[in-house]
Amino acid sequence: MDTATGTPAGTPPVPPSAAPPTPVPAQASAPAGVRTGVLTSTEDLAALKVVPARHHWRWVAGAAALVVVAQFVHGLVTNPGWDWDTFFLYLSTDTVLKAVWVTLQLTAYGTVLGFALGVVLAFMRLSRSAILQTVAWTYIWAFRSIPLIVQLLFWFNLAYLYQELGVGVPFGPVLWSFDTMNLVGAMSAAVIGLALHQAAYAAEIVRGGIISVDGGQLEAAAALGIPRPRQLRRILLPQAMRGILPNAANEVISLFKGTSIVSVMAIGELFYQVQVIYGRNGRVVPLLMVATAWYILLTTLLSIAQYYVERHFARGAERTPPPTPLQRARSFTRRMRAAAATGGFPR
Amino acid sequence: MTADTDATGENSGELMVDVRGVHKNFGTLEVLRGVDLQVRTGEVTVVLGPSGSGKSTLLRSINHLEKLNRGYVSIDGELIGYRRSGSKLHELKEREVLKQRLHIGFVFQNFNLFPHLTVVENIIEAPVSALRRPRRAAVDQAARLLERVGLADKADAYPRQLSGGQQQRVAIARALALEPKVLLFDEPTSALDPELVGEVLDVIKDLARSGTTMIVVTHEIGFAREVADTVVFMDDGLVVEQGPPAEVLDRPRHERTKAFLSKVL
Repeated sequence: MDTATGTPAGTPPVPPSAAPPTPVPAQASAPAGVRTGVLTSTEDLAALKVVPARHHWRWVAGAAALVVVAQFVHGLVTNPGWDWDTFFLYLSTDTVLKAVWVTLQLTAYGTVLGFALGVVLAFMRLSRSAILQTVAWTYIWAFRSIPLIVQLLFWFNLAYLYQELGVGVPFGPVLWSFDTMNLVGAMSAAVIGLALHQAAYAAEIVRGGIISVDGGQLEAAAALGIPRPRQLRRILLPQAMRGILPNAANEVISLFKGTSIVSVMAIGELFYQVQVIYGRNGRVVPLLMVATAWYILLTTLLSIAQYYVERHFARGAERTPPPTPLQRARSFTRRMRAAAATGGFPR
Repeated sequence: MTADTDATGENSGELMVDVRGVHKNFGTLEVLRGVDLQVRTGEVTVVLGPSGSGKSTLLRSINHLEKLNRGYVSIDGELIGYRRSGSKLHELKEREVLKQRLHIGFVFQNFNLFPHLTVVENIIEAPVSALRRPRRAAVDQAARLLERVGLADKADAYPRQLSGGQQQRVAIARALALEPKVLLFDEPTSALDPELVGEVLDVIKDLARSGTTMIVVTHEIGFAREVADTVVFMDDGLVVEQGPPAEVLDRPRHERTKAFLSKVL
């Protein structure tokens, strides 16, 4: 690399912090290199080598932190209690994979239905109709007030309250009716419970995103005569998404892990299945680690997806879009290599 | 009042904007207290006045961004925000008001470009979604408009990549894309650095020369003198005086006009 010599071809790099923008007139006449620490002229400075400040205590603190991490890793590897053989034995067995699939389904249904209802509720709360506002507010109040586990058990026991469910004229004759036991099984009860719970939180997140968009945007759309549904879909929501996404991702991830709560309804999702297995073989810790590993892996994937979705909705928000992790890694290695070549860390 | 409504569209013909007895309150605050204003086709009207005199509210009332408490506005003989049937005025639904606004271009003080859409997407949005113009044709028209405001090379930029003056010129192109009967400017240069004011005023002057009917709320007295056919001076929710710039700006009759001009000139 040509930077190794410190004077690459072309203009030599002028350290911005060391060089004044214009020569200092009073000292410009002094002979160069007479006294150290006195600025002479920009030409002289450009030829000097920059020695970066050394941060010794930073290195000491970093080393101490690494020792703690090393101890932890050492414990993970050497402590027989973790029982890694059992962990790897069960990590990708059919039972566990099926359970992961159930967990993913619960998350997907809960997210899609929850946010669909949440968007409706958010617009109801923002509507000019006092009735719609009140209904939405009351829904959110109720479903945020009831613990999820209580609500799930209500849905699970729906057949106790209503033996039959029917479709018909409100307060009038029933046209079709179904046996509640058959219609609302454990899985549907779980999905309904998760989705209704999620909707209350999603509504507030979506509403937060919407009210964060500058009022001038809808005003401009109205002044241009853009039809109302199009104003919301094309102008408002894409801008609201920037505010909605970080919170929504939080909700999806917490729902994903929160699905473990439906284990109380004996649904074969990840946490329930792991409990069943360690109930049989008594290897509690490695099986909990199996569940943990899957939760971590899938949360990581969700976080990565979040990053790219957010990046998509950030278009136009900044002059240059933020670099992707890959681009960032590349620029980091480039800087490190340059640093290695010049014998100092980049500032 | 009904007799005037009839006269608006048919007898005078040339009358484009007709504002009669407009009142607007925000709570207990009376912002407009009976404003009358007539603008003829091809005319440029500049509205001057101190802050809080109701200039912007008047402009926003003309395209019904503000609902009126009393009075009415009509554009080219069409009542804005209401439909007359017999002796009754029916308030129009939002959807119908949106259709009326297609004839009224509006340029905001702080541009209000859509930041997540490129310049060309900003311009074609309304023609495509509200006028159902084919996308191809809308893009061609946008290119011509951008040429006209001197930004032909910025079609694919996002608004935040442009200077304030460039953004405002895009906003003007966006308003022109609907081929409105009248253009309303709400202090179009007030949010700009002084050195960028000129480029925006030049575009507006060019429009004035090409015979676009315009109402411009501004503090640029020089612009008013050069471009306006009529200067309207407002204070405290009323039109204090109006007339050709030579009269209102150089020989104001009212004390309040004199006091205002002595401060800004």
